Amino acid sequence: MHKEAAIREPLILGHKSFHDVTEDVCRPIEDKAPKMWYVLFGIAAIIGLYGVGCILYLLGTGVGVWGLNKTIGWAWDITNFVWWVGIGHAGTLISAVLLLFRQKWRMAINRSAEAMTIFAVFMAGLFPLIHMGRLWLGYWVLPLPNQFGSLWVNFNSPLLWDVFAISTYLSVSLVFWYIGLIPDFATIRDRAKKPIAKKMYSILSFGWSGRAKHWNRFELVSLVLAGLATPLVFSVHSIVSFDFATSVIPGWHTTIFPPYFVAGAVFSGFAMVQTLMLVMRKAMGLEAYIHTKHVEYMNIVIMVTGSIVGTAYITELFISWYSGVEYEAYAFINRATGPYWWAYASMMTCNVVSPQLMWFKKLRTSLIFTFIISIVVNIGMWFERYVIIVTSLHRDYLPSSWSMHYPSHIDIGVYVGTIGLFFVFFLLFARFFPVLALNEVKTILKSSGESYKNAPDTHHGHSDNENNNEH
Amino acid sequence: MAERIFYAMYDDDDVLKDGAKHLVSKGVKVSEVFSPFPIHGIDPIIGIKNTRLGIMAFIYGLTGLLLATIGMRYFMVVDWPMNIGGKPNFTYMDNILAFIPITFEFTVLCAAHGMAITYMLRNRTLPGIPAQNPDPRTTDDRFVMEIRLSENTKFSADDLQGMLKETGIVELDQKELK
Repeated sequence: MHKEAAIREPLILGHKSFHDVTEDVCRPIEDKAPKMWYVLFGIAAIIGLYGVGCILYLLGTGVGVWGLNKTIGWAWDITNFVWWVGIGHAGTLISAVLLLFRQKWRMAINRSAEAMTIFAVFMAGLFPLIHMGRLWLGYWVLPLPNQFGSLWVNFNSPLLWDVFAISTYLSVSLVFWYIGLIPDFATIRDRAKKPIAKKMYSILSFGWSGRAKHWNRFELVSLVLAGLATPLVFSVHSIVSFDFATSVIPGWHTTIFPPYFVAGAVFSGFAMVQTLMLVMRKAMGLEAYIHTKHVEYMNIVIMVTGSIVGTAYITELFISWYSGVEYEAYAFINRATGPYWWAYASMMTCNVVSPQLMWFKKLRTSLIFTFIISIVVNIGMWFERYVIIVTSLHRDYLPSSWSMHYPSHIDIGVYVGTIGLFFVFFLLFARFFPVLALNEVKTILKSSGESYKNAPDTHHGHSDNENNNEH
Repeated sequence: MAERIFYAMYDDDDVLKDGAKHLVSKGVKVSEVFSPFPIHGIDPIIGIKNTRLGIMAFIYGLTGLLLATIGMRYFMVVDWPMNIGGKPNFTYMDNILAFIPITFEFTVLCAAHGMAITYMLRNRTLPGIPAQNPDPRTTDDRFVMEIRLSENTKFSADDLQGMLKETGIVELDQKELK
């Protein structure tokens, strides 16, 4: 047991015992769902089903039902893809990078942030798949021997790198998440009273018994997975940015893209975590575990990554002039002052100005302000991708083919539908899964719990007496 | 000889750790500890060696690296040297930069999944396997130490019981196996 400096704010408020942690996390799962859950689930399901309907219509008719034209061949589809992948970056960052940095505050939020990641990457993966038009031929992106002779996928193409990056990211995040879930499922299993719940959770918990050797392995596996997932987080969005950066379109052909995309992804991911967490902690009564300090830490991450993004925007602008390439310069002048100035302006306000407000302690510890900013940031990050993609394409080298992009109702339906589906998944998760890594939270209870922190040391006789030098 | 198993239950991880240290110093063999969360520092006390899964992850990673390299060399250089802008892939080294992203991803894929599967198999935690913790409270807030009589032949059952009682247990359970 490690004793922390008393000046450090506790991470778990109130007088919680180990049993209280179990109770607080398991009660919402065992009790009947509140009426609000059904209402939200119903709304999310209807929106999600509408999205599925739009996707089916798209598959039946063809990609032509999107508002694309021959100048703007990529628009909402890839914007939504990058937006969702970006959102999907916070979970693994919280669970992997913060684990390597031994940040204890991650314990309260890593489970639901990772769930969010996985569902967001599901939604992201949908877009390239439906963009193929013929979904059932999706397996052609894999290097499989086929009847057309020596036809292989192109390993030099960033689009194929994406296939590998996204699928590795999704599957590794899923495994990481599930390995952490197993001991918590065992806790629910051992408490379950209803036979069906008992059966379900005993299957899900894989017969976990909490043996010392298993915990030893568990800790190492978590650490190594964190070590593997950390470069993965950075590589995935770098590779997504290569989709643009390796092309020769002015506005896309930029070496700054990989770090700038990664920072943007973490930025939007944390914003989404804030949006969900602020509602969840209230609805599920987890205020003692996810409190202002956690929100503040996340706001600081938003502030830092937001500043990186802002710096990148300004660097990009400067370089477009400094490079002396007039096409490059025009792409940026057109972004800021052309017909899409409003998209550029919303991107700049939402992503550059709003995170700077987090410098004020009053603002970054205000829950309502955080909630508003988290939504503003997500809107801004959607516009960022829209600006990068559409404004770079819509005025190409040949003025006669200049064009504007107007989304069709299918474009909108598919996008809104993925938001609905995302919430369907997240609400199901919140209903049936432990939303807090409850057994991991117990490990920090003695060092970071409020009641233990300020109590005089009652334990005696352990050999590793780090606490002696405090008295 | 009939086997007798003692399950000593604690309500605090540090008390269990101190108890285990005390018992082990007297020569008692603690065969297992069940706990709701990892008790740091218990492994060396009860003689559990550190896991070697990390080495396995490294080997799986190397396998992935090798497979990706062999695969891409075959697809892009041997079987069908793709000609991009008049620059065909004559050797793997010519284009190695373009192969790095997938090599990296595939290495991580193999290392992570290989390790996760090995972890499940070694733990024997798989879907459908029944739980083996002696008391359902050990996944909540109780910590159980398991001591087997057959592994502690120099002590009698009463000796063990007496020693356990000194360590601050909250409950003591016994199981007879024929």
